[in-house]
Amino acid sequence: MADTMQFDLVSPEKMLASVPVTAVQIPGTDGDLTAMPGHVPFITTLRPGVVIASTDKGEMRYVVTGGFAEVSAERISLLAERSLLAEEFTQPRFDEMLEEARVQRDSAKGPAHDANAKHFADIMEAGRQLGLQASKV
Amino acid sequence: MPSLKDLKNRINSVKSTRKITKAMQMVAAAKLRRAQEAAENARPYAQRMEAVVNGLAASVKGSDSAPLLLSGTGKDDVHLLVVMTAERGLCGGFNSSIVKLARQHAATLASKGKTVKIITVGKKGREQLKRDLGEHLVAHVDLSEVRRVGYQNAREITQDVLKRFDAGEFDVATIFYARFQSVIAQVPTAQQIIPAPVPEDAEATMLYDYEPTEEAILEDLLPRSVATQIFAALLENAASEQGARMSAMDSATRNAGDMIDRLTIEYNRSRQAAITKELIEIISGAEAL
Repeated sequence: MADTMQFDLVSPEKMLASVPVTAVQIPGTDGDLTAMPGHVPFITTLRPGVVIASTDKGEMRYVVTGGFAEVSAERISLLAERSLLAEEFTQPRFDEMLEEARVQRDSAKGPAHDANAKHFADIMEAGRQLGLQASKV
Repeated sequence: MPSLKDLKNRINSVKSTRKITKAMQMVAAAKLRRAQEAAENARPYAQRMEAVVNGLAASVKGSDSAPLLLSGTGKDDVHLLVVMTAERGLCGGFNSSIVKLARQHAATLASKGKTVKIITVGKKGREQLKRDLGEHLVAHVDLSEVRRVGYQNAREITQDVLKRFDAGEFDVATIFYARFQSVIAQVPTAQQIIPAPVPEDAEATMLYDYEPTEEAILEDLLPRSVATQIFAALLENAASEQGARMSAMDSATRNAGDMIDRLTIEYNRSRQAAITKELIEIISGAEAL
């Protein structure tokens, strides 16, 4: 079994990354999971969160929101509606996304409200993981 | 017979027109390259999305819990046409050919007794459709402030469309745009997006494990798939528009060149005629002495 797998991170506008990796940590809807070479073929949707790809040259971290991951034994493709490098996930961007999620949460009712509230909390958590604090709640 | 001065003026005005069309052609060429790149970059996402959705759709098809976006509302009464055109003119038959296709489609549907609703994207299509299908227009998306179409634009359109679908405002949605084939050929295309068409030969991919369930993933992915298709259509349209403008401006430039040649010949002839006339007058005057 090979000890690396192909990792593709694709957004609708462009391809963000295409590198060999040894493991990728994915924020799945039902919980985090780490995919390594030889993983069972697998498709999961994503919640907003941090993707950590381990390469020979170290870790690469991305923030993603919405989309899905397609895992097979030798490749993993992440299709994320929005994704950016963790370094680019700055305080203003974080605030902007939080604000957007907050508006969505407050405009919906019933089950949609709960889903949006979770979306909001997930973004908050992603920010916390990267050491960002919401400047206003 | 126009005077020499008139001819000179016309030649000059055609010359400045040629300068403008030439410049527009070059601008269009540069924009076309960028638009093509954008369309190219969007392809991997769209392809994978389509592959996964098709695989899922094939395995969920027929089950009662299939999402409405896939199975449809069970009716076929109200059709929504999303007509995407450009914000600007001077691009040959680009806008007209999309509108023409949409109009034909609307006429066919109307003759079958269906209700037609139209959302227009881009000013030009709206202007043309307002005349005869004005009462069918339900919304308009203005992209004139947008310099480069991004995914965000597609998402806004999609949200509007999906909101209407959830509210039961229509049963079937079709988008109209021009697929980019080459600089000289753009193919107006109608593409059904809701309910999601499943190709006949799509096979259920039993290969994968799904988390959460197949239905839940599909529920999440179908709206994104709609957005992706609209985004791809917007990009294709942008490339087509620039392509059409480029070839329209190319032939305009060439026409202006031909016109200048013709006018110059006419100008020279009448100048020569005037000189000859003056000579005759002088000579016959001298002979009379």
